[in-house]
Amino acid sequence: MSTHVIAPRVYVGIFLALMVFTALTTWVAFIDLGPLNVVIMLVIAFLKASLVVLFFMHARYESQLTRVTIVAAVFWLFVLIVISASDVFMRARPEALPLGIGARSAVMGPG
Amino acid sequence: MAEAVHGAHAHHFDDAVQQREAATLGMWIFLVTEVMFFGGLFTAYVTYRALYPDAFAHASHHLDVVLGTFNTAVLITSSLTMALAVYAAQVGRRGRLVACLCLTALLGATFLVVKVFEYAEKFEHHLVPGPAFSWPETAEAPNVQLFYSLYFAMTGLHALHMVIGLGILTWLILGARRGRFGPAYATPVEVSGLYWHFVDIVWIFLFPLLYLIGRH
Repeated sequence: MSTHVIAPRVYVGIFLALMVFTALTTWVAFIDLGPLNVVIMLVIAFLKASLVVLFFMHARYESQLTRVTIVAAVFWLFVLIVISASDVFMRARPEALPLGIGARSAVMGPG
Repeated sequence: MAEAVHGAHAHHFDDAVQQREAATLGMWIFLVTEVMFFGGLFTAYVTYRALYPDAFAHASHHLDVVLGTFNTAVLITSSLTMALAVYAAQVGRRGRLVACLCLTALLGATFLVVKVFEYAEKFEHHLVPGPAFSWPETAEAPNVQLFYSLYFAMTGLHALHMVIGLGILTWLILGARRGRFGPAYATPVEVSGLYWHFVDIVWIFLFPLLYLIGRH
C-alpha cells in the first residue's frame, strides 16, 4: 500500500498545538487590541485549520491532484467572501473604507 | 462475503492504490462543495457583521464562552481520537480501532449535549429569532436578531453534520468489530476521518467568530 502512516506521537503533537492555539485565541479575545483582535483571531483559526488539513487529514502526503483540489477550495472561498465583502463595504458605508478614501469623499461631497 | 474483497479492488480500477486515491479525491471533492456550502453562511456573517459591528458584539456577549471553549476542546480531542482510529486501522489493531471510534463518537455526543443546553438557554432568554424574541434595546434588536439567526443557522447546520458524523461512526464501529478494516483496506475509516476533521475545522472558525467577538 502507498498509504502514508503517520505515527501517533505526531497526532498528539498536533493535538497539543491545537489546544494551545485554542487557549491563546480565547485569552487574546479578552484583551482590547482594537481591529487587531479580529486579525489575530482569524490568523489563529487559519493556523489551526492548516494543521488539521495537513496532518489529521493527511494532505501533506496526498497526491498532487488531491492537493490542487484542496487549494482550489480555499481559493474559491476567498473569492466568494472577499468579492462579496468588497461590494458591501463600498456600497453601504463609504465612510468605512480603509485609507480614508471614503472619509475624504464624504467630506468633499457637499462642497 | 465482504471479507473476501479485502485488499482487492473493483474491476474498473487498475489496482488497490488507484482505488484508494480515487476514494480520497472523491471525498475531498465532496468537502470542497461543503466548503462553498458553509462559505455562503460565512459570507452572510461577514456582510452583516461589517454593517452592524456593535449589535453583533453585544449579541455575541450573551453566548457562553466557557461552554464554547469547552466544546472546542471536546471537538479537537475527538479529532485526535479519529486520527488515532485511522492509525489503528492502518496498522491492523482491531481492538484499538474500535476503542478510538467509540471515544470519537462519545466526544461527538458530548459536544451535541452541551449544544442542547446552550440552545435551551437561548429559548429561556428569548434570544431565538421570531415573535418571542426580546432585546432590551429596541433600536438594535433587529440587528441582534440577525446575529442570532446566523448563530442558529451556522451552529445548527454544524450540529446536523455532527449527527450525520455519529451515524457514520456507528457504521464504522459495527464494521470494525467484525474486522472489516485493516492495513489492506482502511479507506472507509480514512475518508470518514476526512469528513469528521472537516466538521472540526468549521467549528474552529465558528467558535471565535460567534463566541469571541466583543469580549474585551
